[in-house]
Amino acid sequence: MANDFRYLPDTDQDQKDMLAALNISSVDALFADLPNEIRLQEPLAIPAAVPESILMKKMRELANKNKDANRYSLFLGAGTYDHYIPSVVDHVISRSEFYTAYTPYQAEASQGELQAIFEFQTMICELTGMDAANSSLYDGFTAIGEAATLAIRSTKRSKVVVSKGVHPQGREVLTTVSAGFGYAVDEIKQDGDTTDLQDLIEKVDQQTAAVIVQYPNFFGSVEDLAEIKAIAEAQKALFIVVANPLALALLESPGNLGADIVVGDTQPLGLAMSFGGPHCGYFAVKKKYVRKLPGRIVGQTVDKDGKRGFVLTLQTREQHIKREKATSNMSSNQALNALASAVFMSALGKEGIRQMAQLNIEKADYMARLLEEKGFSVNNQAPFFNEFVVELPFSVRQTNEKLLENRFIGGYDLEKEYGLRNHMLLAVTEQRTKEEIEAFVGVLEGMINDRLQ
Amino acid sequence: MTDYNDLIFEISRPGRIAADLPKSDVAFVDLARKFPNHLIRKTAAELPEVSEPQLMRHYTALSNKNFGVDNGFYPLGSCTMKYNPKINEDVARLPGFANIHPFQPAQTVQGAFELMYELQEDLKTISGMDALTLQPAAGAQGEWTGLIMMKAYHQANGEGTTRTKILVPDSAHGTNPSSAFIAGFDVVEIPSTKDGTVDLEELKKQVGSDTAGLMLTNPNTLGLFEKEILAMSEIIHGVGGLLYYDGANLNAIMGKTTPGAMGFDIVHLNLHKSFSTPHGGGGPGSGPVGVKSFLAPYLPIPQIEKQEGRFMLNANYPLSIGRVKGYYGNFGVNVRAYTYIRTMGPDGLRQVSESAVLHANYLRDRLAPYFTVSHAQFCKHEFVLSGIKQKKLGVPTKDMAKRLLDFGYYAPTVYFPLIVEEAMMIEPTETETKETLDAFADTLIQIAKEVEETPELVLEAPHHTPVKRIDEVQAARKLVLVYDKSIEK
Ligand SMILES: Cc1ncc(COP(=O)(O)O)c(C=O)c1O
Repeated sequence: MANDFRYLPDTDQDQKDMLAALNISSVDALFADLPNEIRLQEPLAIPAAVPESILMKKMRELANKNKDANRYSLFLGAGTYDHYIPSVVDHVISRSEFYTAYTPYQAEASQGELQAIFEFQTMICELTGMDAANSSLYDGFTAIGEAATLAIRSTKRSKVVVSKGVHPQGREVLTTVSAGFGYAVDEIKQDGDTTDLQDLIEKVDQQTAAVIVQYPNFFGSVEDLAEIKAIAEAQKALFIVVANPLALALLESPGNLGADIVVGDTQPLGLAMSFGGPHCGYFAVKKKYVRKLPGRIVGQTVDKDGKRGFVLTLQTREQHIKREKATSNMSSNQALNALASAVFMSALGKEGIRQMAQLNIEKADYMARLLEEKGFSVNNQAPFFNEFVVELPFSVRQTNEKLLENRFIGGYDLEKEYGLRNHMLLAVTEQRTKEEIEAFVGVLEGMINDRLQ
Repeated sequence: MTDYNDLIFEISRPGRIAADLPKSDVAFVDLARKFPNHLIRKTAAELPEVSEPQLMRHYTALSNKNFGVDNGFYPLGSCTMKYNPKINEDVARLPGFANIHPFQPAQTVQGAFELMYELQEDLKTISGMDALTLQPAAGAQGEWTGLIMMKAYHQANGEGTTRTKILVPDSAHGTNPSSAFIAGFDVVEIPSTKDGTVDLEELKKQVGSDTAGLMLTNPNTLGLFEKEILAMSEIIHGVGGLLYYDGANLNAIMGKTTPGAMGFDIVHLNLHKSFSTPHGGGGPGSGPVGVKSFLAPYLPIPQIEKQEGRFMLNANYPLSIGRVKGYYGNFGVNVRAYTYIRTMGPDGLRQVSESAVLHANYLRDRLAPYFTVSHAQFCKHEFVLSGIKQKKLGVPTKDMAKRLLDFGYYAPTVYFPLIVEEAMMIEPTETETKETLDAFADTLIQIAKEVEETPELVLEAPHHTPVKRIDEVQAARKLVLVYDKSIEK
């Protein structure tokens, strides 16, 4: 048994000594309680072990089968974005004191993690304009589900209404959550690129626990939260805003516009795209709902000597104490990603994050204007952040294939979820240069010219 | 170093920055002309303003006040804090994995799909299941996913409104009843017998046509193998219920048996435990869910499939419960688990379980004379001690846990499982040396002696950590959840 595997330290002698101490002759004796019928007779039918040097090579080959954003210029967003990640982010989260730790149950041995999360909570509250935030949820979409459930449980009402401007996958997760818990979800139509307020007024009633909108919405447009708040408030429904935290650097905070709960994903703040995960859901609330916050929360306190310290608090709401009466079943979360986002927010700081958001607006604006100049039509009527919808004379699929030949990864096809044929959702972050934008538009122009000939 | 006690907000000074943004190469956009005035932010978010060296020192100072597996022994029962291999980190950071977008066309992400597909195949084999999803982000999300599938299955059989109860042993992890509740079930607790396993007579009394299923982890949270698992399976299946496996304790049985062989219909796995991916201060994790073939149609969409040597997504499952998480789950965590499985192979995984179980029994045997052992039989990968003797001497378990921190160990899980008084749940894992196990045992034994001789030393612990005993009561009573300038440090 000994020493074939580098993570397993037992030598033959160690094993002998431990068995002798236990008065048994082989490890099998420790598995004697497994009934014969359930014992595996053969080794697991999985591939044999591979030494590190060879494995690394294989994994590189596998990774190289993917066309990544280091080698291709990416104009795809739709909830996951290619943003600048300062080097310090990975250096901090690569410190094994952080990444090899677990939930800080013993506060005195985990002050570093606890303080970092406390700082994260503070930064999220600053951006969202809310009073309290938790230490993260799985992702922005699952956070929508948790927010809706909070609203249902605290208002004791039976449905939530959600704008179709909320990310399709967010709405899908919400539907799954609601079907389990047993409440209804009503979708509000789009009026062009923003939520149809007339439809909203008609569907929000006294059974509505919450109104959920996205800011900026899936088409990149900035919803008018003030108007939506008024509609929700008229029926005493909670107002849940799903916000891109980077956009909040320049947009008025949902908290100031009346949101009761703000959720979203911190992926734009320093997290690798990583094929969609791990990202990091954030969840922030107004004071009134603090005790209903799902997940873990870090609080400031003092130690025995009166020195400042941090600890997980309000744990009596949690599953390990309250079991089926808990606010949520959340146990593991995305704390390391929350740390990464905290480092990101610290690195950019008060001014940097505004500059970055401004760059996003400018680049997207430039590309949209350029497209319009070249005769393409941009659908967005409301102001947009770093994404917008363009109508193409070709199928999105065809366009993306052509773009790929030119080392571009094109936009998101809006046909399936919105029935918008030949409509592409484009994202332009600060990572995209003017040259890239022009070359991209050039490919589209080229496609038209080819067809005209 | 550990004296550092500043918040990043306190070292912040206007005008500093630790990032380097490109200058705009396109036209300026005046926000006031683009956005309505009330949607423009009036006061900037007060994020810290620090230089790069300041930032690195701040977080390095924090890291020095944090204990991880690379710092030392982390015997946190139920959490499987084994060593996190470094190659896993390197692989997950390859640009071809870290820097791909979830909506890229399938032909540009074949490597990622291939990895996911193969990981699914491996996990199916390891768990004895026929179909699997990688979508759930952690164990608890896997539980809920599995339960929603259970519900969908009963609904499809016309029993959606009658099968309303989920049976959960009293030894179960808190996420089990909690997940059952948010999946819309009523929770019925099944007591354990004195020997620490599920009371079959009670189980028989509770099952019926209203039983949706039973949730069980095996070995259970006392570290004991539920020997009567086949009988339980018969009881549950006999009334038309399903058997759910909480895979948090898989580290004890890999390569020896499978949940599938034990009769389970649905399984979640905690990749961040059994498959060595770091849990990062509370996550991320990954909680894939496997099912027997009759439940495959209910799995979340999309599913990754292989057709003519190409990998593709298939969302065409009309009975699917839908989507439980964004994109394809915690892909980066799954890359790490895949790398680990390739490093170990079938023999390695079996040896992992054998060593984990040997270590737990050895450590338990060394500690048994000094504490109260919850149950006499051999344990699996973890065991529960009771500090009831010490409690009688005036020193509760939580204080012994704090005292351990003074010796450079993290503490075991305490006060869980709830059914053991003054519980101390210890899981040494396979990656610790016998020397570490001995030194830890010696230390706990010394602490037991301190309880008798110098109890105040234990009651006032820890003494050598960056902060002294933290006041949890004040934290809950006087909530401070965000930085408040007016509070002194
Ligand atoms: C027995 C058991 N079940 C379920 C869970 C939940 O897993 P997770 O924390 O990944 O949600 C855990 C771990 O916390 C556990 O120990």
